[in-house]
Amino acid sequence: MLSFRRLVIILTLSWMAIMVVVPHFLVLLTSFFTPDSQHLAVWPLTLDGYSKVFQAIYIDVFLSSLWLSAIATLICLLLGFPFAFILSKFSPTTRNILLVVMMLPFWTNSLIRTYAIKIILGKKGLINTGLLGAGIIDEPLNMLYTDFAVIFGLVYILLPFMVLPLISSFEKLSSELIEAAKDLRASAWQRLRYIYIPLTSPGIVAGCLIVFLPAMGMFYVADILGGATSLLLGNVIKNQFLVVRDWPFGSAFSVSLIIIMGLMLLLYYKANRYVQRQGGLDDESL
Amino acid sequence: MSDKSVLLAFNNVSKRFDSSDILVDFNLDIYDGEFFTILGPSGCGKTTVLRLIAGFERTNDGVITIDGKAVNDIPAEQRPVNTVFQSYALFPHMNVEQNIAFGLKMTGVPKAEIQQRVTEALELVKLSGFEKRSPSQLSGGQKQRVAIARAVVMRPRLLLLDESLSALDHKLRQQMQMELKQMQRRLGITFVYVTHDQEEALSMSDRILVMNNGQAQQIGTPREIYEQPSNLFIARFIGEINVFDGTVIEKVNEFSYLVDIGGVSKKVRCDQRLQENDPVHVMVRPEDLRIEYLEDKPQGRSGFMGIVVERSYTGQTLDSLIDLGEGRMIQSSEFFNEDDPDFDYSIRQKVWVDWVEGWEHVIKKSAI
Repeated sequence: MLSFRRLVIILTLSWMAIMVVVPHFLVLLTSFFTPDSQHLAVWPLTLDGYSKVFQAIYIDVFLSSLWLSAIATLICLLLGFPFAFILSKFSPTTRNILLVVMMLPFWTNSLIRTYAIKIILGKKGLINTGLLGAGIIDEPLNMLYTDFAVIFGLVYILLPFMVLPLISSFEKLSSELIEAAKDLRASAWQRLRYIYIPLTSPGIVAGCLIVFLPAMGMFYVADILGGATSLLLGNVIKNQFLVVRDWPFGSAFSVSLIIIMGLMLLLYYKANRYVQRQGGLDDESL
Repeated sequence: MSDKSVLLAFNNVSKRFDSSDILVDFNLDIYDGEFFTILGPSGCGKTTVLRLIAGFERTNDGVITIDGKAVNDIPAEQRPVNTVFQSYALFPHMNVEQNIAFGLKMTGVPKAEIQQRVTEALELVKLSGFEKRSPSQLSGGQKQRVAIARAVVMRPRLLLLDESLSALDHKLRQQMQMELKQMQRRLGITFVYVTHDQEEALSMSDRILVMNNGQAQQIGTPREIYEQPSNLFIARFIGEINVFDGTVIEKVNEFSYLVDIGGVSKKVRCDQRLQENDPVHVMVRPEDLRIEYLEDKPQGRSGFMGIVVERSYTGQTLDSLIDLGEGRMIQSSEFFNEDDPDFDYSIRQKVWVDWVEGWEHVIKKSAI
């Protein structure tokens, strides 16, 4: 008999197989084919796609993409850490209301919100009009189509993904530990350095990963807000599929990106394990 | 107590949480070098007192002084006070050694000195060799010891202990009580211990403050508190006690009165001044009762006839529940008599209940 439990599992697994495993397998397969202008990808199997990934130009894109994402992640962390800290001080009810308020803009599609940023940052946008009107600047600032605009967009879209894991880390941190640190003469700065940061490090790492990894692929942000040089890895992949029509290379690039992300997740997992073993964060002592 | 100097004082301290009063005009003096226990049921405000001393809470009114200096505006991290937390609050990401060294490191003590003091503290709590263990690898008793070491290594003027032994099992607890007491004598640090366990309070303290509903009920030595409880709440909270309601018949001499207890007149001692017809509580501890196998009221003695309704053997004592009639039940607790191996009661047996004159404690009924 097909129990409900089994039905749910089968449905979930089929969904995963069709929507996740099959496409990834196809991408993996495509990455080993030879590009062809008419049939997109043909025999024979080759590693050409992967060798192209290591061309100097793509290494440059990789580095600039890494740079943009890293800066965006850092800004998210600097904004998100105090934000999550303050939020964790509220009662659970207030905290949930504030979280909903924070998530509210995210009910709008991120593409539309990216266009909204364009309106804010543009030559005749909100910021420039305001600053000109207030007489602070004489000429409009050139913000749109720069790295600044891309980072701005990435931070705006990805900030909640930093805040959420941080809040859960702060929630786990018992207030008694902070009192113990005060009791042992730790100043506010010392409490941050020796207690808050080490004990929220799983949240910091998780937040950085789920901001950093998607940031590298958010091609539309770079497309809409960035200049000619502000390229993300996502842009390269998108161009290979839609413009250059070199599917094997696009696929090889995608696979490379997945491998890089996988390695980073592995690193996170190891770091988390290390911290937990050091501290026994999830044992009965807390 | 005049030879002792006051280390910590509460002067008319009030504390409110969300408009509910926890402490109102609370006064307290704690002397330098004593083992002071704050005893009370949960919710009586004892932990709030401790947190006010530590600096985790701020007073709404009144002044707290340490060494004569007001500390109201001094944050926790600058007070000469350390706390042993109820759940130990060991830093999970540091090993035993790092936990103990934490406070010294924060205050910039030189490395060599930190090393030496940590080693000493570990010896004090008998945990030498556990330096590199993480808190998650320690048993409850060991965590407790690390928490104590982490606090005493700071050489505070006052060491605050918040129900610190309540999580330990009975045997370990008794052992830790002894060790704490010894440690306190050796270090000469003033201990302020908060507990709801009266046995613990009696066995460790130099002085005890009994609290209820945010108010100090009585301060005194364990003996004073146990033998001369100033009201019914304390009498009942500190161990078992039998309470007889009575009325004063007449004064015999300065501290002695004749009291009528349900038709039986007994001569009792009372330090308070009593008037004729004053209603009083005559209280007798179970272990102070004398029980005799007697079928009938003996002539010329004032006591009570009763029937044994329950008996239980505890190993050291024989505890019995005796019905004196008219709904009065009393408890007695007797040590075994070596000469009488068959010493025991049978249920429904008639007995004669009495106590040695002067072993009772009498308070006026109004004083609740």
